[in-house]
Amino acid sequence: MGAVVGTLTMQTKQRQPARDKVDDELEMTMVCHRPEGLEQLEAQTNFSKQELQVLYRGFKNECPSGVVNEETFKHIYAQFFPHGDASTYAHYLFKAFDTTNNGSIKFEEFVMGLSTLLRGSVRDKLEWTFHLYDINRDGFISKEEMTDIVRAIYDMMGKYTYPALKGDVPKQHVDAFFQKMDKNKDGVVTMEEFVLACQEDETMMRSMQLFENVM
Amino acid sequence: MATGVAAWLPFARAAAIGWMPVANCPMPPAPREHSKKQDELIILNVSGRRFQTWRTTLDRYPDTLLGSTEKEFFYNEETKEYFFDRDPDAFRSVLNFYRTGKLHYPRYECISAYDEELAFFGIIPEIIGDCCYEEYKDRKRENAERLMDDQEENKDSRLPNMNFRETMWRAFENPHTSTMALVFYYVTGFFIAVSVITNVVETVPCGSTPNQKDVPCGERYTVAFFCMDTACVMIFTVEYLLRLFAAPSRYRFMRSVMSIIDVVAILPYYIGLVMTNNEDVSGAFVTLRVFRVFRIFKFSRHSQGLRILGYTLKSCASELGFLLFSLTMAIIIFATVMFYAEKGSSSSKFTSIPASFWYTIVTMTTLGYGDMVPKTIAGKIFGSICSLSGVLVIALPVPVIVSNFSRIYHQNQRADKRRAQKKARLARIRIAKKGSSNAYLQSKRNGLLNELLDLTSSEEEEQHMNKTSSLLESQHHHLLHCLEKTTAHEFVDEQLYEQNCVEGTQFSRSPSLSSQEGFTGTCCTRRSRKRIPLPNASLSTTHTHTHTQGLQELSAIHIQCGDQPSLSTSSRSSLNMKSSERSRINCRGQQITTAVISLPSPTNFPPDGDGHGLANPVSAPATINTTSSSNIVKVSAL
Repeated sequence: MGAVVGTLTMQTKQRQPARDKVDDELEMTMVCHRPEGLEQLEAQTNFSKQELQVLYRGFKNECPSGVVNEETFKHIYAQFFPHGDASTYAHYLFKAFDTTNNGSIKFEEFVMGLSTLLRGSVRDKLEWTFHLYDINRDGFISKEEMTDIVRAIYDMMGKYTYPALKGDVPKQHVDAFFQKMDKNKDGVVTMEEFVLACQEDETMMRSMQLFENVM
Repeated sequence: MATGVAAWLPFARAAAIGWMPVANCPMPPAPREHSKKQDELIILNVSGRRFQTWRTTLDRYPDTLLGSTEKEFFYNEETKEYFFDRDPDAFRSVLNFYRTGKLHYPRYECISAYDEELAFFGIIPEIIGDCCYEEYKDRKRENAERLMDDQEENKDSRLPNMNFRETMWRAFENPHTSTMALVFYYVTGFFIAVSVITNVVETVPCGSTPNQKDVPCGERYTVAFFCMDTACVMIFTVEYLLRLFAAPSRYRFMRSVMSIIDVVAILPYYIGLVMTNNEDVSGAFVTLRVFRVFRIFKFSRHSQGLRILGYTLKSCASELGFLLFSLTMAIIIFATVMFYAEKGSSSSKFTSIPASFWYTIVTMTTLGYGDMVPKTIAGKIFGSICSLSGVLVIALPVPVIVSNFSRIYHQNQRADKRRAQKKARLARIRIAKKGSSNAYLQSKRNGLLNELLDLTSSEEEEQHMNKTSSLLESQHHHLLHCLEKTTAHEFVDEQLYEQNCVEGTQFSRSPSLSSQEGFTGTCCTRRSRKRIPLPNASLSTTHTHTHTQGLQELSAIHIQCGDQPSLSTSSRSSLNMKSSERSRINCRGQQITTAVISLPSPTNFPPDGDGHGLANPVSAPATINTTSSSNIVKVSAL
């Protein structure tokens, strides 16, 4: 009786590998990616050759296949924020870096994003941030989108904070934000409103300059 | 933060720009980056093999040797590289850890060597990757078991001053320790065998009485068997009581399996003695006799294989349990099926399901007695399926038990082999150790001879002596010499020490003189060195004088023995008291001597101070005593 059962299971197993082999081959062809030449990247971004080299070495170390997928990205970002849950914010970041929207970040996209953030003009930075907040890429930041973003940021803090998180703190934060940003009070923030409001805010301007010399 | 992703920190910081518009308060200032260095290549020279890596790679793990400033200690200025005098093969995995963030354990590497390398480079072994962690832990456990086995054997060789009880317990547990124990071991083994054989032979029918019934031997020769039984039980009782007396923890001993077996083996006899030949209880009494067969388990003290078997069964308890469970399931299923299949046939033996159990068991274990056989076709079909599946169900858990037994058995074999090899190893190690300590004493004598030769100025022989020891050795000997001077005692070899212990308060000059010429030589030649301006005459006198002190020269500080009170009154520190106490033990006779250490005020030693060799003058050298006591203080304060 045991033998009968055994042979039955054997039959079902044999049918699977054929399909799996095809899938494996497909995956193998997609995985490796090499970036364009160093000179081209140097021309397209504001980084020097050495900086690109250092960046690429770090990138390739973590992602030997040449692309970052979302899981790896979330994992890497979560290492920096061990207290809370950084996955949601990492997801939004991933979407912001993945300009081609194909679910993976190549080195070029990565470097372009970093170039904007670190070496770009103030306006470039603000535009990049607007794109980060505008989750559905419709050109407007709605209250729901902003709430999602702020909630994701608060998630990174984790549970143990001082003072303790009581009430719906993200919502209050979003209300304050909209108070500041939404000039015409139409419930959404456009790019121009955003840039204008930020440029008026002295503290924010100063904070933006903080990360000038990260590289 | 896992420093493995340190390379991505700039990215995380850049992405923080995304929080700026949301923030209400100003950001803290960024930490200053001191002198932006370009990333440079570091050369790590490990025993000649050069490894190169980026500095930032090593900086990823700052709490290890290579990641911290500790590596600066190994920096070689001329070659501009870091030199480590370690195994380059093991270093490969260490460096790969920095590169990939995962530590791997190479299988060809010895576990303790690898542990040492990790400890040297400041890496904790717990971060070994999952791929290699199991193997690492297994090897480590094996090693620990091996060390534990060795330690257990060391425990056997305990101090010579054990009391009678402990000696007896040790004799019981390990029969090879003394002849008495061995004799006892064999005697008990013999009696166990005798007892078991008598139990067996008792039931054999021997000869028939005229009423034509075969009588078992037990009933024919009742008295003989009874005597034999009594003798065996007496031996067993005595043995049990002795063990109980000798056991270090009686309660634990009484709970142990072996003691329960002992008790069960001898109890039926006593119960039989107590009980009368009553008809009612004789039935129970007969049952009790069955327990006498437990005496055969007493053999497990004598046979290691039995013990291993018992231990294996205990350790495979879960597998055995599973076997039992699956068998029970199968038996019930098949018994039910067979019962219903055979219900139709007439005169079938399968009267109920429990009755079918017997058939199922006999068939599944492929015994096939044939007392119950199915008659219907359906019954036969199911019967054959039953026997086939029986083979499978039983065959499955058995290899697990077998492999367990094999592992434990080999472990024991290894332990025995190691024990046999250990004696030879220890003997060789002891000889090597003795060699090195003897080397020191030998070189001391050579050195003294050197000094004597110095005085008699024969240079060539001195040089010859000096050549025989290397720089390392001479530095080591110098160190030991300093220790001697510090404690004001000297190293001696075993025989001399025992000699001195044995000789007690007796003061024998002649044998010790010849053997200790070297020692006496030290002090007097030292002193004679200081007194080179003195005429030779006094030199020789001091020399001979100190020679007469023989045994006393054992300790470089010579403390007066019979006159303790004066010393204590003149003492200035408790240190002094202690040294005098100590030397009292070394003191063999009542001798007055003076301190011999080279001290800043040699003029404190009037030459005639040495003259007080033998007798015990107390009053006269009182002043000398004080000075010597003060000198003693100085020396102890070293």
